[in-house]
Amino acid sequence: MKHGFGGPYFSGVSGTELGLAASVFLACTVEAVEALTIVLAVGTTRSWSSALYGVGAAIAALAVVVAGLGPALTLLPIDALRVVVGGLLLVFGLQWLRKAVLRAAGLKSLHDEREAFERERQAALAAGSARPGVRGRVAHVDGYAFTISFKGVLLEGLEVAIIVLTFGSGQHRVGLAAAAAGVAVSLVALVGLVVHAPLARVPENTMKFVVGVMLTSFGTFWGAEGAGASWPGGDGALLAIVPGVALVALAMVIWLRWAPARPHAARAA
Amino acid sequence: MRALRAVWDFIVGDDPLVAAGVAVAIGVTAAVQVWWLLPIAVVALLAMSLKRAAS
Repeated sequence: MKHGFGGPYFSGVSGTELGLAASVFLACTVEAVEALTIVLAVGTTRSWSSALYGVGAAIAALAVVVAGLGPALTLLPIDALRVVVGGLLLVFGLQWLRKAVLRAAGLKSLHDEREAFERERQAALAAGSARPGVRGRVAHVDGYAFTISFKGVLLEGLEVAIIVLTFGSGQHRVGLAAAAAGVAVSLVALVGLVVHAPLARVPENTMKFVVGVMLTSFGTFWGAEGAGASWPGGDGALLAIVPGVALVALAMVIWLRWAPARPHAARAA
Repeated sequence: MRALRAVWDFIVGDDPLVAAGVAVAIGVTAAVQVWWLLPIAVVALLAMSLKRAAS
């Protein structure tokens, strides 16, 4: 076993790596579901081909980002890498966790894919007429469908790319993290293709809570380790950090629910 | 300029004090080299950020 706690589950994958893969899978599933909603909304109301061109262009842009950042990260010494990775994961993780706790406490609207789909659909309908059709052998590209689809996939995908790169490089398993992300995105795309509707039944808010806990936990572990501190029990410390962060987050949900005054309750997501 | 702003918003998010707090906490951990400082800082930063958001 190379790293980790709990012993290998299968062919050299330790508990830490399994946690990494599960975290990346959940994060990517959530982001892919949100991107799918946007693509479906502009695809069904305006132009499927333009929406899919936007998806393709965003994937190409993401590939450039990953190809540029990935090798740069691997050039860093392991301690410096873990400080950078730990810091980024902590900043991202605390953002996810903050929103998840606010949602669970009723201080922020729960994310609803049906609502998001309807909002995007209305905006697409209000944006003027689409121009589908073919002139000669060149298909017209609907600028609105292309741009919204491109931006949606790029913004959701950028977060996924950074999570994959930071998680993967922190454990020297970028391949494993990328595979987990690939499975998640393929699964969501496949289900979206079959269902042909926003995936409103995916428990996104719970998944975001779990992802926030995992990002914050790994960020805390790698941030301290990269800064030169030694965790008691080595990698096994994650067995205490992950449930510890989860319990603290749940305690904060209860604290906020019981807090007396909430003048700005239920803001939009 | 808009691109820089977008990168800033993307990384720092809704609460810049959390990002600043994380940077300070990691810096102090590097100086004193104790493992328990960062978890305490994380709990404190989350609690303060949530309190700000709720009030």
